[in-house]
Amino acid sequence: MASDPIRLLSPSGELIESEANAAWLPVVAELSEAQLMDFHRQMAVIRRFDVEAGNLQRQGQLALWIPSLGQEAAQVGSGIAARPQDHVFPAYREHAVARIRGVDPMRIIELLRGLDHGGWDPKAHGNFHLYTLVIGSQTLHATGYAMGIAFDGPGGDPERDEAVLVYFGDGATSQGDVSESLVFAASYQTPQVFFLQNNHWAISVPVSTQSRTPLYRRALGFGIPSIQIDGNDVLAAYAVTRTALDEARGGKGPRFVEALTYRMGAHTSSDDPSKYRDEAELEHWIAHDPIVRFEAFLRARGASDAFFAEVHEEAEELAADVRRRTVALVPPPVTKIFDHVYTDPHPDIEEQRAWLLAYEASFGGQA
Amino acid sequence: MTPENQAGGLGTSASPAIDLRDPASGGPEDGSSPRGVQTLTMARALNEGLRAALGADDRVLLMGEDIGTLGGVFRVTEGLKAEFGDRRVLDTPLAESGLVGTAIGLAMRGFRPVVEIQFDGFVYPAFDQITSQLAKQTYRHAGSQAFPVVIRIPYGGHIGAVEHHQESPEAYFAHTPGLRVVSPATPHDAYWMIQEAIAGNDPVVFLEPKSRYWPKGEVDLDRAGAGLHESRIVRRGADVTLIGHGAMVATLLDAAELAEQEGTSAEVVDLRSLSPIDYGPILDSVRRTGRAVVVQEAPQRVSVGSEIAATIAERAFYSLQSPVLRVSGYDTPFPPAKLEGVYLPDADRILEAVDRALAY
Repeated sequence: MASDPIRLLSPSGELIESEANAAWLPVVAELSEAQLMDFHRQMAVIRRFDVEAGNLQRQGQLALWIPSLGQEAAQVGSGIAARPQDHVFPAYREHAVARIRGVDPMRIIELLRGLDHGGWDPKAHGNFHLYTLVIGSQTLHATGYAMGIAFDGPGGDPERDEAVLVYFGDGATSQGDVSESLVFAASYQTPQVFFLQNNHWAISVPVSTQSRTPLYRRALGFGIPSIQIDGNDVLAAYAVTRTALDEARGGKGPRFVEALTYRMGAHTSSDDPSKYRDEAELEHWIAHDPIVRFEAFLRARGASDAFFAEVHEEAEELAADVRRRTVALVPPPVTKIFDHVYTDPHPDIEEQRAWLLAYEASFGGQA
Repeated sequence: MTPENQAGGLGTSASPAIDLRDPASGGPEDGSSPRGVQTLTMARALNEGLRAALGADDRVLLMGEDIGTLGGVFRVTEGLKAEFGDRRVLDTPLAESGLVGTAIGLAMRGFRPVVEIQFDGFVYPAFDQITSQLAKQTYRHAGSQAFPVVIRIPYGGHIGAVEHHQESPEAYFAHTPGLRVVSPATPHDAYWMIQEAIAGNDPVVFLEPKSRYWPKGEVDLDRAGAGLHESRIVRRGADVTLIGHGAMVATLLDAAELAEQEGTSAEVVDLRSLSPIDYGPILDSVRRTGRAVVVQEAPQRVSVGSEIAATIAERAFYSLQSPVLRVSGYDTPFPPAKLEGVYLPDADRILEAVDRALAY
């Protein structure tokens, strides 16, 4: 029997202090007012960034944009739940988590402008690994990384022990790699949380085509404890992910969280959702906007207009800064084609690099 | 590198294998104590090479299906789990994509995973993780991270096995930027090349010619003799150059011996590395002989042999006295075992091609 998803905030933003929530409320109670306000800041700023990037794509500045509109609570709650030493493996829509972990949003802009394939060093960017565009492939990398943590031995200190947080979507759950990652995670009892953002649509295919059972229940079949949450409730996303990561890092093995959310925008800038989904469905989810819900919660606790105005200003500044920096980007040097194909020297690459340089030089320096 | 200073290995020997861990034969890491030349099968040479790699670096892990307790279906990893423990030698769940995908994650953690794919035809479930993930990770990371993952694949025919157990998939991997692809032909090369592959910083598809697992050959335990990606002239000749890799090298040497009896002097090049291909000895040879026959078990269409033929034509055109010819498996699926002798290139088919080359 499927139970109700974990929800700590009602759609109108009231804290639900029920018996069912007894396990999670203390996790939220530990949060300071400043931390709670940061939840809002992260969600609002990334939404503005998302809008700006979409505009830049429409203006020809980006080859593609991947909107995260509507999924801010799932991403911000889970992203903040990860401890600094944790490793985060994204799919490709987790812009909010990237920013929380210290990745400059421009790195995502550069990727989608076609300047590189990611290229940031995870070790220097909050252990936030690279976007992986083949659906579900990263779940195995995350599991392998978590196996490595387990092989390196337990520390026994939750403040320092590492865990892995891996993101994927409802479409990815149909991929063999996701099932195989669950098998390996269960076999090796990895310190790892699988965080499924069920945004209800894999481009044009509804989640009902991917699965006839609630997706979180799949994990139970692999022997992995799982839980379903209201993914538009940032407090639920935080409390459940925080707890799951700490359980995993404590040696209890992998955990699985399914966050029910909604992709309010298109799959990418190349997509047109009006061809496959109803306006009424979108209206329903707009009424469950995660940022509106959390703003109501904060206001009821006394957050001031000045605070929201300040966040608004910060978001506008980021958007303007991203626009300025995007239009100033220059193409990479042509020889970047050959950089880092291998780590050790490789004769074919060096030969082709030399040929291209000679070919370019043959145009008399006009290349 | 001349043939004379190579340890042998393509011939067979009746002398028994000596325990390489016998203290009397010297420690593997002790350069001052020569360990000499031993006579080993390729399977045993690989086992010793893996043992040396596990001993030299505690970040080296072996992963695969049945490789631990059982020692692998070909027993290449026999005894290694008992010696190094189940956190160094992993009997993994039965999932090839999972194997390679988790190896990538382990490499991100700083391990050097060595993955065994049980048979050539079972590598395809891992194709995405090998070609789209492993091969491209260094590029995607702009070099911030190396991916030293070795994928060992027993490959090729001659063992009379069922479907999916006799294939030669090298072209897929040699075609993929970011991968290195090598294949030893002798126990000596197997011993050294597996250690070099593991010590390197790039992904390596390590193709083991399974029909050569059991013949014995001499292994010089003190010096490798050639780098991982060097091709090598293994028999000198004047009239035609025969080029191949893996199990075909022994067949080429047989063919050269038969050709000699007919008055034709054939030179033989062991490629050893399929990506990159070391064209130095190949072109040097073809410029002297003027004729080349490229031989492989794999299907011919869009193959490594085709690539070599094209490159010889580009770079040694004025030295050629005949077109470069290819002798390959046919462009069919690997046939049922009772037909493998017809499908696989043998000395007769190689000599038929030599005759055609000489007729120009």
